[in-house]
Amino acid sequence: MPDTLKGGSSLSGSAEIIGALFIFIGVLISFISAVGLVRFPDVYTRCHASSKTSTLGVLSILTGTLLYFLMSEGFFSIRLILGIFFVFLTAPVSSHMISRAAYRSNVPLAPVSAEDELKDYFEGLKMETEEMTLQ
Amino acid sequence: MFDIIIILSLTILTLTILLNLYRAIKGPSRADRVQALDAIGFNLIAGIAIFSVLLNTHAYFDLILLIGILSFVGTISFARYLERGVIIERKR
Repeated sequence: MPDTLKGGSSLSGSAEIIGALFIFIGVLISFISAVGLVRFPDVYTRCHASSKTSTLGVLSILTGTLLYFLMSEGFFSIRLILGIFFVFLTAPVSSHMISRAAYRSNVPLAPVSAEDELKDYFEGLKMETEEMTLQ
Repeated sequence: MFDIIIILSLTILTLTILLNLYRAIKGPSRADRVQALDAIGFNLIAGIAIFSVLLNTHAYFDLILLIGILSFVGTISFARYLERGVIIERKR
């Protein structure tokens, strides 16, 4: 019995180190994402800052939690795997939908933006529909 | 030591949510606010995961899935509302 207790405690120690490492890295990445969300000048650049780093930070934190419970108790949580998969699947999609909605509802770009390539496409589309209605 | 790191992580995560809340209140356009609320949802997921590590329990793992799904549905419906003015389009 003391042998198993000793082995369990050393495994639990490495679980604590690895879990704390993943969680702390993920929290730092999330903090960097929030700083980018506050400091960037434009809704599109804010989407870029928020979505990527937020996805990576949350994935790192959930992976750290999964590894901690796997190594300390031998408990493999299928719900946590589902959560990781769902976050990884939906975070880029929702950010893409938000920036698309922002462009279509005419939110202006920042003045420092170099070029707006989508504008030509939309104007061409508008001209085409006007020609169709004239005919 | 482990508890100190976990509590420090929760503190930094609270600061993160406060920064996101600043953008959600101040944001010039509505898309900014939706983006900030989406980020708050993801940070809440992370906070629940860290809290379950701190309390050493499995009881809150359902909550991660639940908040993820609800945040995704809310963000998608807000984006459709901003884009077209309606959420569910009627078929003609």
